[in-house]
Amino acid sequence: MNQANPGLAGSTGAAGSAGAASPAGSAGAAGSAGTAGSTGAASPAGTADIAVELRGITKRFGRLVANDHVDFDVRRGEVHALLGENGAGKTTLMRVLYGLTPPDEGEIRIDGRPVAIHAPKDAIAAGIGIVTQHFSLVRPMTVVENLTLGRAGGFRLDLERARRRAVDAAERFGIRVNPAAVVGELSIGEQQRVEILKALARDCRVLILDEPTAVLVPQEVDALFATLRRLVANGLAVVFISHKLGEVRAISDRVSVLRRGAMIGTVPGSTDERELARMMVGRPTFGVARSGTPDPAAEPVLRVSGLRATGRHGLPALHDVTFEVRRGEILGVAGVSGNGQTELVEVLSGMRQPVAGSVTVDGRELAGATPTALMAAGVGRIPEDRHASLVPDLSVAHNLVLERLDDFATRTGLDERRIRDHAQALIERFDIRARPDDRVATLSGGNIQKVLLARVLSREPKVIVVAQPTRGLDIGATEYVRGELLARRAAGAAVLLVSEDLDELLALADRLIVLYEGRVVGEMPAAGADPERLGILMSGRGQAA
Amino acid sequence: MAIDARAAGRSLWSMPALVIIAVALTLALTAGPILLAGANPLEAYGEYLVVPLTSRYTLLEVLVASTPLLFTGAAVGIAFRAGYWNIGAEGQLLLGAIAAAGIGQATGDLPSPVALTLMVAGGAAAGAAWAVVPALLRVRFRIDEVVTTLLLNPVALLLVNGLLQGPWRDPISGFPESPRIVTTAELPQLVERSRLHGGFVLALLIIIAAWYVLARTPAGLRLRAAGLSPHAARFAGIDVPRTLLRAALVSGAIAGIAGMSEVAGIQYRLTSGLSAGYGYTGIVVATLGALSMPGIALAALFLGDLTVGASSAGRALAIPSQLGAVVQGTLLLVTIGLLAVRRNRLSRAVEPAAGEVVVAVEQVPGAELPPAATAIDEAGELEVDGRPEANER
Repeated sequence: MNQANPGLAGSTGAAGSAGAASPAGSAGAAGSAGTAGSTGAASPAGTADIAVELRGITKRFGRLVANDHVDFDVRRGEVHALLGENGAGKTTLMRVLYGLTPPDEGEIRIDGRPVAIHAPKDAIAAGIGIVTQHFSLVRPMTVVENLTLGRAGGFRLDLERARRRAVDAAERFGIRVNPAAVVGELSIGEQQRVEILKALARDCRVLILDEPTAVLVPQEVDALFATLRRLVANGLAVVFISHKLGEVRAISDRVSVLRRGAMIGTVPGSTDERELARMMVGRPTFGVARSGTPDPAAEPVLRVSGLRATGRHGLPALHDVTFEVRRGEILGVAGVSGNGQTELVEVLSGMRQPVAGSVTVDGRELAGATPTALMAAGVGRIPEDRHASLVPDLSVAHNLVLERLDDFATRTGLDERRIRDHAQALIERFDIRARPDDRVATLSGGNIQKVLLARVLSREPKVIVVAQPTRGLDIGATEYVRGELLARRAAGAAVLLVSEDLDELLALADRLIVLYEGRVVGEMPAAGADPERLGILMSGRGQAA
Repeated sequence: MAIDARAAGRSLWSMPALVIIAVALTLALTAGPILLAGANPLEAYGEYLVVPLTSRYTLLEVLVASTPLLFTGAAVGIAFRAGYWNIGAEGQLLLGAIAAAGIGQATGDLPSPVALTLMVAGGAAAGAAWAVVPALLRVRFRIDEVVTTLLLNPVALLLVNGLLQGPWRDPISGFPESPRIVTTAELPQLVERSRLHGGFVLALLIIIAAWYVLARTPAGLRLRAAGLSPHAARFAGIDVPRTLLRAALVSGAIAGIAGMSEVAGIQYRLTSGLSAGYGYTGIVVATLGALSMPGIALAALFLGDLTVGASSAGRALAIPSQLGAVVQGTLLLVTIGLLAVRRNRLSRAVEPAAGEVVVAVEQVPGAELPPAATAIDEAGELEVDGRPEANER
């Protein structure tokens, strides 16, 4: 927000004073103006410094107002975080800025002059770059080729030079990628790293990062932040979209909070987390965490021993992985994405054949079993790619029964009435914001996850294999999902929780194992686990404990 | 956001509106060629679409022309719904015709219902047999069925011609036509003084049965799930390869019955010109009908109307009757184009509110878009295994 004119988007209230050191009081009340503060020392404020300014942006989708007269600006040499829950309108606002969504009202100013941005090419020409949550990478091509695409001029393509440039860029920005790797074979996390690198390697003056850290480990986040600080010091303007408060506080000079399409306020990056959370959700939040310890004498339900599996293209992905999960216990699997977690979950979900080893549930051998056999044995599966685990074009009701259609069939066909009743009951029990007939594709990420959760948990599984259960979810949905997992733990389920979110693992898991390059390199109780040490193990520099 | 999707569903982009737009656009686009052929486009459209409906005889002829399209449309529709791109209905139809002609010559004194049942079963079995090899290749070795099913079509035609030039050449006339089937093996005439035969009723029954299975049974839901999202279907415990194999065989069987119906209802013998590309037109029918069985029935009737109209328009206006095929082809392209635009519009409306989906339209599974349209659209890069590994979102 421009200090000289601190009137805030869509709010008629008076803005707080620019110098306010403690925002807690003035920015708290919902709907009132926040504090138009800034870290004056770090980035000298003034109209001249504003790289991009959005004024009065309004965008409606039918009856939904995604952006309601939103004002937003970002200055050269600052990281300006855009904070808000899913559906708050952050992404829409950035789509407007990037020319992907035409606004109904409002204007965009670059260097103080109104500009027309009708398409991404206009935005690119204006020096705006974006890294979205979804990748614009050519999957069959290598990292180098992807980085070179669109920038290679001339007739001849010097791949060796391109490779050197890629390696150089990777080092400069502190992002580890194998330049020769084919993008399609990289994990989601690795692909995102390439995306970030691609955007960083382009010379843009305003960089929009849409939840860029979702798949990075703490060290990588630190490296990214160091990179961003370096770039910002050189005059780059960064818009940092996130709903992770810790991150936002760590990197941002200013934070603007969107809620249900309206700009709630802009506050300094140093603002207290609870305060930011309150601005974001309109109520104080409470962390969800485990309580009590599982019975150490409880019998192991899920035993995995000597498990080996190959990943894409037949390369070894799991080496002699051995662990067990007891009744009423959550075993957390920590690790940087791409270290075998995906393959582990696929094997335990019946989606990948192991090469060797044993997987038993209550003593029954299930290595290489089909999804049907696993479900029959009481294994509930919630994998990381929740969209690919449901059929988006089928209704919520049909997705909820897809695993067990025979239970909902009469002699003449599907019992649609029972299917609907079943859906209605789960919708109420799991607080899914949808109707039974809504197609899953029309739901928000949080609700899609709830549908999957409902489908799995309603069958009272003995074993739950769950990966990245809260990735991309807002605070409300995250708390809900975590609460449900803890409830299953309390009910005696054995839960294997794979997550890249260390805070999540530390809050939920009883014990942790660390996967690095397909091996279990460490095991420890979560209670006294030191994040620092976990980070070291995750990066392969520690010894097995 | 559910609200938006439904709003979009009601608006300009709803399915019935889309069909009307497609037809209007097609007429506009084909006006040029018709003018070049020296006719008044409006008059030509009248001949194509309206005139066939104005007399009893032509009206019944429309139903006759629709009969094979009802079969092949249903055959293609079922396969496409499962994500199995059967382009081989033409060949499967011809095999069904061979079997029916063979059985029809040999049933002798068997009562008509028995003979006809045998012919239907034989036609279905032959059609399914012609479909089984590409289906197995697809399921076992991931070999693209678009190519294999398509390439088997001319092979089937060669088989027909081989038979007609050789063992089945009509011994009386010497023409390359098979001997006539026995009269008890003929499908009954439905209406006096017309060619409308029992095959039409059989086709409607199959359409209704297909609708019921797809919409109301666990097997149908599994098939649809496998077609819409193979990975998610497999994850939910559905045996996707087996589902595809079954869909391919049922599709081939229905196409085979189409051949039987033409033999037993129209030609009473095997001829090389038995099918006027009904298997290919079935793809148009299925796509135009948005892969829903009621839609396919309407599309088959519409194209039957156009077929009858095109032949009479040729005579009435002295224009080439091939212009009918031009209209058909344009209609297919326009339909596919509109479906793509619609998918685009819907996903844009849905995306931002959904909160997670951001940029690429092609990453969003088409809202109510029949997968077939996508498949034909992108036929060049069809992924046979339904992209189980793709992280499309």
